[in-house]
Amino acid sequence: MAEEVILLDYWASPFGTRVRIALAEKGIKYEYKEENLDEKSKLLLEANPVYKQIPVLIHNGKVVCESTIILEYIDEVWKDKSPLLPCHPYERAQARFWADYIDKKIYSNSVKLLRSKGEEQETAKKDWIECFKALEGELGEKPYFGGQSLGIVDVGLVPFYLWFNTFETLANFSMGTECPKIVDWGKRCMDNDSVSKTLQDEHKIHEILVEYM
Amino acid sequence: MGDDIILVSFWSSPFGARVKIALAEKGIIDYEYKEEDLFHKSPFLLRLNPVYQKVPVLIYNGKSICESLNIIEFIDEIVKGDSPMLLPSHPYHRANARFWADFIDKKIYETCKKVWRSKGEEQEAAKKELIEIFKLLEQELGEKPYFGGESFGFVDISLIPFYSRFYTLETFGNFSIEQECPKLMEWAKRCLERESVSKSLPDSRKIYEFVLHLNNMLGI
Repeated sequence: MAEEVILLDYWASPFGTRVRIALAEKGIKYEYKEENLDEKSKLLLEANPVYKQIPVLIHNGKVVCESTIILEYIDEVWKDKSPLLPCHPYERAQARFWADYIDKKIYSNSVKLLRSKGEEQETAKKDWIECFKALEGELGEKPYFGGQSLGIVDVGLVPFYLWFNTFETLANFSMGTECPKIVDWGKRCMDNDSVSKTLQDEHKIHEILVEYM
Repeated sequence: MGDDIILVSFWSSPFGARVKIALAEKGIIDYEYKEEDLFHKSPFLLRLNPVYQKVPVLIYNGKSICESLNIIEFIDEIVKGDSPMLLPSHPYHRANARFWADFIDKKIYETCKKVWRSKGEEQEAAKKELIEIFKLLEQELGEKPYFGGESFGFVDISLIPFYSRFYTLETFGNFSIEQECPKLMEWAKRCLERESVSKSLPDSRKIYEFVLHLNNMLGI
């Protein structure tokens, strides 16, 4: 069956990046449509009337919104290659828990860290590092959160790896010192084509993050 | 089945009620319920859920699962066979169900608190926001008996525990949810006919008294 897959996205979005990595992992061909977030297209507003946000996946005319939900959808439809979730229900529950943790904590804490100053920034930095330490605990000695290969948690988290340098400079700390295992994990993820060919240029991301400060 | 299942929750928690409903729907009646004191959380809970330190937590053969929607998906996956599936089988419908359950998670709990903890203009704004959320859900429901279609499912389970808060919302906010969202009320009453729901939902008046008590403690 001829599959029509369209992704509405914004190049610098970590949430859109997740979906692009997953599509690459699964070898899915798709049409990429870049959105102007200051002037959202009619297609986006109609496809996602509830949140009016990217990413949005349109598969054979059917719309799926919210990046983590899109990742599960992709995993369920294209299930024969590169599974993003484990088979066992308990391990699946753990993967979903940590994917949700990343959704709840990382972006909001990142924004706080970007925009705060002085004592507030010190607190934001502490909170941000604590999130990654919790994730380090979950990673343990595994090469990836998904075990031997990339899983939903890896795909969900790795776009934020590009933000490390900006935050280290901004708040004067080193992720290599604070969370060495996460830094190793990030480098390991980059050994995967689906990640290295999808992640944007770090300098361009830095420029965008600076605009948010 | 021989499985050791424990649900750790708090009587007023809508999230805990979701899990009770899901367990009942899947025919799991043989489990231990442990009530937590949310004002004095036990070391047990803090060990089970070190990340959020919240209820509900499901302990399945010694392994803990946290976050209510996550727990429901887990229960749905471990119990198959004769019991109904709570999530649809088609990936697109599953994605849609997850979307609306997630919407309910993001929007309802905090907005409810705003309605009964604020006053004046702030309260009016919160009330307006809540009604808009309910109207959007009504739209999604459409003419279907349940959000899941003909069968009671994941989105219904995610939303129905908030019915226990309707009396409190209406009393504090001075409005009628039935008037604003008649289809949603019809849906709620339909859900309440199910034993899994009626036996799992906390009493509406008890919720109201509890909110009054909490507001008192907070000096509101």
